[in-house]
Amino acid sequence: MARIIVVTSGKGGVGKTTTSAAIAMGLAKRGHKTAVIDFDVGLRNLDLIMGCERRVVYDFVNVINGEANLNQALIRDKNCNQLYILPASQTRDKDALTLEGVGRVLEELSKDFKYIVCDSPAGIEKGANLAMYYADDAFVVTNPEVSSVRDSDRMLGILASKSRRAELRMDPIKEFLLLTRYDPSRVESGEMLSLEDVQEILSLHLLGIIPESKSVLNASNAGIPVILDEKSDAGQAYADVVARYLGEKRPHRFVENKKGFLRKLFGGK
Amino acid sequence: MDGLQSSVLEFRSSTFFAPVLVLYSNDMHAIALHLQEKIASAPDFFKSSPVLFDLTELNEHGQEIDVAALIALLRQSGLCPVGIRGGNDAQARLALASSIPVDSGRSSGSARLELSNAPAAMPEIQAMVVKEVSHAPAMLVTQPVRSGQRIYAGGDLVILSQVSAGAEIMAEGNIHVYNTLRGRALAGVQGNTAARLFCLDLQAELVSIAGVYKTSEDLKASIKKKPLQVYLQDQALIVEELN
Ligand SMILES: Nc1ncnc2c1ncn2[C@@H]1O[C@H](COP(=O)(O)OP(=O)(O)OP(=O)(O)O)[C@@H](O)[C@H]1O
Ligand SMILES: [Mg+2]
Repeated sequence: MARIIVVTSGKGGVGKTTTSAAIAMGLAKRGHKTAVIDFDVGLRNLDLIMGCERRVVYDFVNVINGEANLNQALIRDKNCNQLYILPASQTRDKDALTLEGVGRVLEELSKDFKYIVCDSPAGIEKGANLAMYYADDAFVVTNPEVSSVRDSDRMLGILASKSRRAELRMDPIKEFLLLTRYDPSRVESGEMLSLEDVQEILSLHLLGIIPESKSVLNASNAGIPVILDEKSDAGQAYADVVARYLGEKRPHRFVENKKGFLRKLFGGK
Repeated sequence: MDGLQSSVLEFRSSTFFAPVLVLYSNDMHAIALHLQEKIASAPDFFKSSPVLFDLTELNEHGQEIDVAALIALLRQSGLCPVGIRGGNDAQARLALASSIPVDSGRSSGSARLELSNAPAAMPEIQAMVVKEVSHAPAMLVTQPVRSGQRIYAGGDLVILSQVSAGAEIMAEGNIHVYNTLRGRALAGVQGNTAARLFCLDLQAELVSIAGVYKTSEDLKASIKKKPLQVYLQDQALIVEELN
C-alpha cells in the first residue's frame, strides 16, 4: 500500500509545485518507488519543473476517462528510474476530475508505488479538495506572510473535516508544516513573519524551512527539481525535509540570518 | 421504488443558530439607523446572517409595527429574517405571507424579563436557566478549530486546542477554551444570560453572551495571554481576569 501525500496550501504561488517535484525526487532517490501527480488541470506546471513537458502524450484526465491506461500516461523521470510523473491536461477544465475517478487512479497506483505525491492547485475549491481527499499525509506549504498563514489554517480545517479519513472516522491526516521562501533578513526587518509567529498561529509539526533562493528559479528553468542541486541551500533544505519525513532527526537550518549572526558576534550595529 | 425514494432526501433533526433581534421601538427610521450601526460594528458576523425578530416588547406596550416593512428593511440590511417571535395573530399571518415562520419562543426571553423585574429571585432563576441548558452533555473538542470551521454545542463546549481566527464556536451553555481563542465565540446563544466564557488567552474577533457582544476593537490588547472569563452583568459584557 502506498502512502498518499498531498502538497497543499490554499494560497497560490507559495511553492507547492516546487515542493512536490523536490520531495518526490527526494523519496525516489532514496529508492522508494514514487509517483507525482499534477492536479492543477488547465494549468500544467509540474511537467515543466520536472523537465518532461515534451514527453507528455496522455494525461491524468485521459486515464480517468478511460482513454488511456496508467502505463501509457505515466512518464518515467529522466534522472531517476524510481520516479514517475502523471501530468495534468492543459486543454481540459477542472470539472474533468471526479472524486470517484481520482479514487480509482490512486487505488491502482497504490498497488505498485510506495509514495504518491499529489500536487494540489491553489484555492479551497473542488480541485484542491480532490487533491487532498484521499491523502494520508499533508505537507502544508506556507510563506511567512499573514494571508498565506490564514489560507493554510483554512486548508487545515478542510483536511480535518472533508477528507476521506475524516469522513470514515479513521485516524486523521498527518499534517506537516513547510515554511517556504523564508528570508531571515526580511523577517528581521519586520517585513515577514518569523517562524515563531507562524508556529504560534498554526502550531503544526515543522518539517522544514526552505529559504528564498535563486537556485529554485534556476532549477525550474533547467527542468530539474531543485533537490538535485545538492550545493544549493534550497536543495539541501528539501533533502532535510525528505530525511525528516522518513524519520531521521536533523536540526533546522536557514532560520538565522547569517549576516545578523555575524553582527551579533562582533557586537556591531 | 421505496429504496430509490429514500436515497433522494432525508429529514434530520438539528439545531439552528440565529441571533434574535428584540425590538423596543416601532420607529422604522430609528430601527434602520441602529441596525446600520450594529452591522457596521461587525460586518462579517452579520453578513447574510439569519435573524429572528421578536415583537414581544412592542406588543406589550401596544406599539403597532408594519411587519412587511420590517422584513423588507432586514433584507435590505443584508440580514436573512427566518422567524418571528412574540407577534400577534395578524403579525404572524403577515410574516407567513413573506414565508417567515412563527417561533413560539422559549423560556429564555421571559427569564430575562423576570430577572429585571424581580432581582431578589435572581439566583433561583439563574440556577433554573442553567439547569435547563445543562441537559445536553458537554461537548469536548481536542482538535484545533481552524479558520472556516464552526462548532455548535447544545450544552457546554470545552475546547482543549486553539481556535483560529476565522473560526466560530457557539454553545447554548458555557464555553471553555484551554488555549488561545482567536476566532468568534458565542456562549448562551439561545438566550442564557448566565452563560460564561472562559479562556486562557483571549485574542478573539468577537465574544458574545446571550447576544450581547464585543468585537476585537472593544477588547483591550492588555488582556492577551491571561486566563480570564467573560460574563453578563446588567446587560453589559464584563471581561475579567481569573486569579
Ligand atoms: N524557495 C523559493 N525561493 C525562491 N523562489 C521560489 C521558492 N519556492 C518557489 N519559488 C518561486 O515561486 C513561484 C511559485 O512557485 P510554485 O509554482 O512552486 O508555486 P505553487 O504553489 O505551485 O503555485 P500555484 O498555486 O500557482 O500552483 C515560482 O516562480 C517559483 O520559482
Ligand atoms: Mg502549482
